[in-house]
Amino acid sequence: MALLMYESQVRPPLVDGDKDYHQITEDIIRPIESDPSKLWWTGFLIAVALLCFGIYSVTREVIYGVGQWNLNKTVGWGWDITNFVWWIGIGHAGTLISAILLLFRQGWRTGVNRAAEAMTIFAVICAGQFPIWHMGRVWMAFFVMPYPNTRGPIWSNFNSPLLWDVFAISTYFTVSLLFWYAGLLPDLATVRDRAKLKWRKFFYGLTSFGWTGSTKHWQRHEALSLVLAGLSTPLVLSVHTIVSFDFATSVVPGWHTTIFPPYFVAGAIFSGFAMVQSLLVITRKVLKLEEYITVEHIDVMNKIIVLTGSIVGVAYLTELFISWYGQNKFESWAFMQNRVNLFSPLGWSYYIMMGCNVLSPQIFWFRKMRRNLTVTFFMSVIVNIGMWFERFVIIVTSIYRDYIPSSWSTYYSPSPWEIGFYLGTFGLFFTCFFLFSKFFPVIAVAEIKHILKRSGENYKEQMGHAEQEPVEEFAHEMAHAH
Amino acid sequence: MSIKKFVVGCFTEEQALFSAVKKVRSTGYKIHDVYTPMPIHGLDKAMGLRDTSLHTAGFIYGITGTTTALSGIGWIFTSDWPLNFGGKPHFALPAWIPITFELTVLFASVGMVLTFCYLCQMAPFVKKHHFHLRSTDDLFVMVLECTPTSDEAEMSTFLNGLGAKEINVQEAETGWWLGRYDRNTQPFEKKTASTLA
Repeated sequence: MALLMYESQVRPPLVDGDKDYHQITEDIIRPIESDPSKLWWTGFLIAVALLCFGIYSVTREVIYGVGQWNLNKTVGWGWDITNFVWWIGIGHAGTLISAILLLFRQGWRTGVNRAAEAMTIFAVICAGQFPIWHMGRVWMAFFVMPYPNTRGPIWSNFNSPLLWDVFAISTYFTVSLLFWYAGLLPDLATVRDRAKLKWRKFFYGLTSFGWTGSTKHWQRHEALSLVLAGLSTPLVLSVHTIVSFDFATSVVPGWHTTIFPPYFVAGAIFSGFAMVQSLLVITRKVLKLEEYITVEHIDVMNKIIVLTGSIVGVAYLTELFISWYGQNKFESWAFMQNRVNLFSPLGWSYYIMMGCNVLSPQIFWFRKMRRNLTVTFFMSVIVNIGMWFERFVIIVTSIYRDYIPSSWSTYYSPSPWEIGFYLGTFGLFFTCFFLFSKFFPVIAVAEIKHILKRSGENYKEQMGHAEQEPVEEFAHEMAHAH
Repeated sequence: MSIKKFVVGCFTEEQALFSAVKKVRSTGYKIHDVYTPMPIHGLDKAMGLRDTSLHTAGFIYGITGTTTALSGIGWIFTSDWPLNFGGKPHFALPAWIPITFELTVLFASVGMVLTFCYLCQMAPFVKKHHFHLRSTDDLFVMVLECTPTSDEAEMSTFLNGLGAKEINVQEAETGWWLGRYDRNTQPFEKKTASTLA
């Protein structure tokens, strides 16, 4: 049999089991065509309950004002902005997987990109809530948009990092959504063409935009994906860079650090991959997709976690070193007293951050640990706790004890409604994710089919025979395969 | 937009497609299209389709975004309402780079996706003829267009010889029409002499 493409046996297969194209469609679309399990309903209802509590908490904030949160002088940014940066960071892994790994031609991305991109979109929606509701008078949120108005016209300040953020995040959301949806079109058409029920024919017919699979359309689709990937790659780096500018361009000790952009981007990818792991370890089990999201995929992502975790570690230490080396008293106070000093009011948070982000991921140097699902899931939660504390350390410990001791607010702790808002975004995120996993193919069906004959287990075995053949014979056969 | 007659051949292996396309073209039959469940690299070249210019469109949208941002902010901050930020220059190019970059990316991506949908004639409620429902699952469907002189039986035997598993003759609308996939809507009434009159 002539092989379409040769790939070495050294690389493990990305699709396990004896699969053909039809079997792939069956396996991935099965959850959409069958009724949701009790487990799905339980999870979904918990998520909706959390969402409702979040809506209640935010409603209180809108009615009574930002005073519902325990923000004060000097902690004007507390849990809300911490949560904002945390969610935005989580989103970054999706774009990294879908865009950067596409440019680097990493075949393993096909198993996880769809779910990771969905995660990105939901995480960005959650992140966006925090700055919006933090405005207090949220009905004036449209003031951030530059348009000729009757107030002067007073334009928004284009030199302000906060406005850059508005542009960065809205662009990031739009582009991620377009990229994700463009990829979904062929798969939605697959669901549509298999549909037996009337509503399914209608819904997937509507959402698949009349996709037929024409060769010309595929050619344009590939061109579109490649260019969108090329655009998303600098975009994703710019988004967290600009988020870090919110802090780095200020003159607050602990914030105005030139290392912030790369440090934030590495941290974002780190926490994002942890969230992908948390979601996929569960999803692959519940939807029985272990043959598509294999232990190999989990292993590779854990390698990225240990790499980015270590980059973040180097950034922490560099920051610390520079605060000593720079010999600026205020900078030194922010680091040595507000953070490193374990007995300062919030000193403990610095050690949670260090422990969770720098030390704990080091266990992923061991292959056995990387391939252990329980360890992976546990670690992914630990990493996200650590990354939440990283943002908390950066934001709160830099400002709660500033230049004037009389305005120190050493007792900042969140109010129930601040916590409720955060829990509410979890509700929003998981409500979206549960609906996505029920109504959309969680794995890119067409992309898996595309790599099947190269990376599928049954096809790789045939390549094992090919490796035994004399080179000339093999080359001859390959030359005629196209 | 017209109703034509087609001979449809379904292949189960994509390798067979390349040689089939070559033979069909050298014999002189007209390939209407090949429908595949996933992208097949090189098939567009084999079919003689030209490269897409979507990239070029994307580039043009991108520089439109760049100019929009730079000229917009430039006009606002130097002429329409020059705000004084601590005596710093009104024309502060470095500070405008982030927004300029974001708008470049935004214009390029939105423009490209809209162009893609326009070129492929894709939108909600757009319906097209399906030659085979499994062409989005596991079949590679080659569709040959009939001319007034062509012999369908001969074309079917020819496709069979190339390795097509399932062969049939269909009359189909080539364009798109508005419709829902849960309803069997006929695109247009057949324009016979009586209806035209």
